[in-house]
Amino acid sequence: MSFYDSWSAIMVAVIAGFILVGTALIATRLLAPFARERGKAVSYECGMLPIGRNWAQVHVRYYLIAILFLIFDVETVFIFPWAVTFIDLPMFVFYEMLVFIGVLVLGLAYAWRRGVLEWR
Amino acid sequence: MALPTLVTEHWYDLRDLSNLSREILEGADKILPHGIVYVLAALIGFVASFLIFVLPSQLIVGVYGERKLIGRMQSRYGPNRVGPFGLLQPIADAIKLMQKEALTPKGADRAVMYLAPIIFVAPAVLLFAVIPFGPKMILADINPALLYFLAVSSLPVLAAFMAGWSANNKYSLFGAMRIVAMSISYEVPLVLALLGVVLFTGTTSLQEMVLWQKHFDIWIVFLQPLALAIYFIAVSAELNRTPTDIAEAESEIVAGYLTEYSGMKWGLFYGMDIGYALAASAFAATVFLGGWSMFGLDKWVPPWMIIIGKTHLFYFVFIWTRGTLPRLRIDQLMAFAWKFMLPVALLNLVLVATERMLWVEQELDDSYLYIFAVVNIWAALGAIWAWSRFLGYRPERNPVRARLVNEAGGYVPVPEAAKGGK
Repeated sequence: MSFYDSWSAIMVAVIAGFILVGTALIATRLLAPFARERGKAVSYECGMLPIGRNWAQVHVRYYLIAILFLIFDVETVFIFPWAVTFIDLPMFVFYEMLVFIGVLVLGLAYAWRRGVLEWR
Repeated sequence: MALPTLVTEHWYDLRDLSNLSREILEGADKILPHGIVYVLAALIGFVASFLIFVLPSQLIVGVYGERKLIGRMQSRYGPNRVGPFGLLQPIADAIKLMQKEALTPKGADRAVMYLAPIIFVAPAVLLFAVIPFGPKMILADINPALLYFLAVSSLPVLAAFMAGWSANNKYSLFGAMRIVAMSISYEVPLVLALLGVVLFTGTTSLQEMVLWQKHFDIWIVFLQPLALAIYFIAVSAELNRTPTDIAEAESEIVAGYLTEYSGMKWGLFYGMDIGYALAASAFAATVFLGGWSMFGLDKWVPPWMIIIGKTHLFYFVFIWTRGTLPRLRIDQLMAFAWKFMLPVALLNLVLVATERMLWVEQELDDSYLYIFAVVNIWAALGAIWAWSRFLGYRPERNPVRARLVNEAGGYVPVPEAAKGGK
């Protein structure tokens, strides 16, 4: 199978996915009623009128989690090529990756100790 | 690894439906230009996989079977009004949803809110493109299929965040933040667990993984039980299924990022949740349960039937956990991802790398795989036990009966009189 053969199939799948959504949205546009009314457009807050601005502030802990994720996801990006090829490479590549993982474990332990992993 | 030659080339050999499509395409090749035939090939493959797998699974197993099974598990009937045994329920739902008005709240970001369901649904179709249904039945046999699957399956999180952020609603925003935080937390152990599989097979192509499992006559689930456990939990968190669906926890934040959606836009989110769960099940069946191979049985039974059966087996476990386990708190879930699954996944990775190194360097023969399997199963149990002890839990002393029930005076059997009336 050639390169373009496979990826053209994925291209067709993309188009099919958009057709799938498009038919559903067109069907609802044709079948469903659309009546504008002010009461319906109020944000849902358990039946009460919304208080204050609707874009609320969000806790800073989400930001910490995002930074942690960045560190560990970049790590997996490094490990993937190693995982596929390390068997054909010399032994020290294996030990180097062990050192790499060890450094990350140390980082995780440090983050744990500093309480970054706590959800509070 | 070469493809096994068990499949004949006749178009009527239903064990591999690609023979039929090849016959059609060779006919078409004589009249049409090559470019059109390529597109036609992809189209036939897509329509066939949609008709054989996606549509029946999605409608009958996904919507109907899930509701019926959960009804059975929770001692109620489930859908039983529309059509025989309620079988037409998914179609009735779709018609109802199409006729409902899709509201957009005041002050919402209309364009983003409209785009979110589109971006949510379109990748679901893409995921099925790389799943091998047979020796030749695969829509796109690309080499980095595993990476492709991981990349595409993280797109719905973006769509969910768009949905929650654009809706101009506090609950939606909280749900969006939660789903992003949770999926990025579970992404890390998920990828690390799959790395263990990549280490053993030495490839990221799903078809070659199936061939590897067929060649050595062992499923990766035996070699990597811990990876399967981590994959299952992480995927159920990423898919937002019930034990871990804090992003749309109705007892906390109404419906999370879906609060302001209604009508078919909501229906697209709901329907494609099942699509993603099925895709994740098919992926797990391919990577961990041997895909279309089944210890030689695939000579007699069509391979595509085997993988569909395995997919539904896996999906049943999804439904089972959904029907039985209560929802967890967000701090418990995040702590579980970072404090339990990540260290255990790293340990698993190092263990597998060492085993693979030994296997190749010492030139051990294939029977050592069974030894590795035994070692890994015990290592998985040991790691779970030791790490939970370290965190202060004792899994072996898990109470059989809920503690609160005991504290309230124990389980009181239902009196016979109350059982009687039906």
